[in-house]
Amino acid sequence: MNVVVCVKQIPDPAVPGELTAEHTLKREGKLILDESDSYGVEMALQLVEAAGGGEVVLVSMAPNDEVSGLRTALAMGAARAVLVSDPALAGSDSLSTSKVIAKSIERVGDVDLVLTATESSDGYAGTVPGQVAALLGWPALTFAKHVETGDGKVKIQRQTEAGYDTVEASLPAVVSVTAGVVEPRYPSFKGIMAAKNKPVDAVTAADLGLGADQVGWAGARQEITNVEAAPARQAGEKVEDDGTAHERVVEFLENLKVI
Amino acid sequence: MSISKVWVHVEAAGGKVTSSTLELLTEARKLGATLEGVYAGDDAATVAAQAGEHGATKLYHVDPGEMLPGVAAATAMAGLVDAESPDLVLFSQSYDGRDAASLLSVKLDRPTLTNGLALAVDGDSVTVGTAIFGGMTLVDTKFTGPGPHLVAIRPKSFAAESAGGGAAEVVEVGSVDAGRAGEALVLDRFAEEQTGPKLEEAEIVVSGGRGLGDEANYKTLVEELAKLLKGAFGASRAIVDSGWVPYALQVGQTGKTVKPKVYIAIGISGATQHLVGMKNSDNIIAINKDSEAPIFSVADLGIVGDCKKVVPALIEAIKAKTA
Ligand SMILES: Cc1cc2nc3c(=O)[nH]c(=O)nc-3n(C[C@H](O)[C@H](O)[C@H](O)COP(=O)(O)OP(=O)(O)OC[C@H]3O[C@@H](n4cnc5c(N)ncnc54)[C@H](O)[C@@H]3O)c2cc1C
Ligand SMILES: Nc1ncnc2c1ncn2[C@@H]1O[C@H](COP(=O)(O)O)[C@@H](O)[C@H]1O
Repeated sequence: MNVVVCVKQIPDPAVPGELTAEHTLKREGKLILDESDSYGVEMALQLVEAAGGGEVVLVSMAPNDEVSGLRTALAMGAARAVLVSDPALAGSDSLSTSKVIAKSIERVGDVDLVLTATESSDGYAGTVPGQVAALLGWPALTFAKHVETGDGKVKIQRQTEAGYDTVEASLPAVVSVTAGVVEPRYPSFKGIMAAKNKPVDAVTAADLGLGADQVGWAGARQEITNVEAAPARQAGEKVEDDGTAHERVVEFLENLKVI
Repeated sequence: MSISKVWVHVEAAGGKVTSSTLELLTEARKLGATLEGVYAGDDAATVAAQAGEHGATKLYHVDPGEMLPGVAAATAMAGLVDAESPDLVLFSQSYDGRDAASLLSVKLDRPTLTNGLALAVDGDSVTVGTAIFGGMTLVDTKFTGPGPHLVAIRPKSFAAESAGGGAAEVVEVGSVDAGRAGEALVLDRFAEEQTGPKLEEAEIVVSGGRGLGDEANYKTLVEELAKLLKGAFGASRAIVDSGWVPYALQVGQTGKTVKPKVYIAIGISGATQHLVGMKNSDNIIAINKDSEAPIFSVADLGIVGDCKKVVPALIEAIKAKTA
C-alpha cells in the first residue's frame, strides 16, 4: 500500500509570528515540520508496515525550496518527497494550495491513501483535506482519531461533538488525522543520516500544469483590506491567597448572581 | 447590486438545530436578503420550525442516507446553485461544516474564508473578519472574485436570537449522487455519556490545566466545582494531550470557543492559543500559583495561590452557602 502524507513546513510556533507588507505570514527563516503532520507521518509508516509493503511519500508546498521539515519526516522513515516551491505560489489560499497538492499526488502516481492533519498550526484553515479529496474525486474521511486499512478499504473513528462515528470507504481516499492519534517516533541517528540522501523531487507550479491564474494572489480571489491589533482585555483585581481568597471568589460569584 | 440571497448550512443533532447554526441564521437575517437553509439529516419538519423561527424562509432538505451529512449537503447545494443563485453561503466552523465548505468550494471553484468572527456586507462586496496570532491581531479579507462566496464562521461569534417567525417551507431535494465522495459511509455512531450542560452552551465553564498536578484532581476540583455551579467543564490542550480528558473538552484555537457568563481557569497558564477560545467570556476568574501567569492579563478576578488549597475551600464555601 502506498501512502502520501501532506506535510506543511511552518515557522517555529514558539516564535511570535509576523506579517509581510502583503499581509501574508512571514516565512523567510528556517521552517520546521508542523507537529500536527508528524502524526500523519507516523500513522502512514505504521499502516504501510501493517499492510506488509509499500511506500510512504511526502508532499509539501513551501517557499524558498525549504526541505528542513521534509528531512525530519524522511528521517522518521518516509521514502521520498515531492516539494513544490515557486515564487508564483506566494499568496495562495487554501483552494490554490489544494490544487497544487492534488496535482503533486497525481505526479506521485499509484497512491492508495492520502493522510493530512485536520488543520495546520500556522494557518488553520482546515479545508485543505476536503478540497484535496474533492479535486482528486476521492472520498474524504475527516477528523480521524483511529485509522485502519484492509481489503481495499479504510475505516476510521471520526471525532464528533458527542463521541465518534465509524466511517468507512474504499481506497483510494483522503483521511485527516487529529493530533495525538499515534505517538510520533523520534528519528534515529541512522534515520537522520539516511534522510540526507533520500530523493526530493523539486517542482514548480508550471511543472504541475497549473497556470499563474490558478495559484498565488490571482488564484486566491481575495484581498486583505485591514489589519489591526485586537482590543486588549483589561486585567482586573488580583488577590494573593492567604487562606481566605476563596471568600473573594464566592463574593464575586454572588455579585453576578450565579450562586 | 447588493446581496440578495444568503444560504446557511443547517446542522442539527437529535432534531435540535445546533447553537452555531442559530447564530449564523440570526446574523444572516440582518443582511436584509432572502435567507434560506440547506439541511442534510432527519427530522426536517422540526428543523424547519427552528430555522424559520430564526429567520429562514425555506429549508432545502436532503436525505443523506449513510453519507456524511456535509458531503450530502454540499452536493445538494452544488446542484441548486445555478437555479437559485445564492450570493453568500455560510457554514459553521464545525466538523460537518468544514466538510461541506471544502467540497462545495471545489465543486464551484470558489475560495472559502474560514475561522470567520465577523461579517460585513457592503453592496455586493463581502468582507470577513478573522483573528490571527492567538487573537492578538484582527484581519479583514474581502472576496474579489464572483460569488457565491463561501464563509465558515467560528461558533460563538454572534448571539442567537429568535425572530419569532413561523416554520420555514421545506423543499425536498431527496437523495443526491455524490460520486466517490459519497462512498464514505457512516457505519455506526457512538455517543459518550453527557451530564450537565454542553460546554458551548453553559452559563458557567470551569476549566483545568496542567497546574492541577494529576488526573484525579480534575474530577475532584474541576468537575466538582462545575457541577456545584451547574456549569460545564473544559480543559487546556496540555491535559487533553496527556490523556486526562477527551478532546471534546478542549478550549482554544484547536478546540472549542466558549463565551459563558463566568469562565473559571484553574491551573492554566493562559497561552494565546488557549486565550483565543475563552477571552470573550463575560467574566473571567483565574486561579494560578504563578503571579506572572499570562492568564491574569485577561482575568477580572485573579487568585494567586495553590489550586489544591483554594478550590477545595471554594467548594466547601459554596456548599455551605447553598445548603
Ligand atoms: C498550533 C497550536 C494550537 C494550540 N491549541 C490549543 C488549544 O486549542 N487550547 C489550549 O489550551 N492550548 C492550545 N495549545 C497549547 C498552548 O500553547 C499551551 O501549551 C497550553 O494551553 C498549556 O496548557 P496549560 O496552561 O494547562 O499548561 P502550562 O502552560 O504548563 O501551565 C500550567 C499552569 O499551572 C500553574 N500551576 C502549577 N501548579 C499549580 C498549582 N498547584 N496551583 C495553581 N496553579 C498551578 C502554573 O503556574 C502554570 O501557569 C496550542 C498550541 C499550538 C502550538
Ligand atoms: N503547503 C502545504 N503543504 C503540504 N501540506 C499542506 C499544506 N497546507 C496544508 N497542508 C495539509 O493540509 C492540512 C490542513 O491544512 P489547512 O487546511 O491549511 O489548515 C495540514 O495540516 C497539512 O497536512
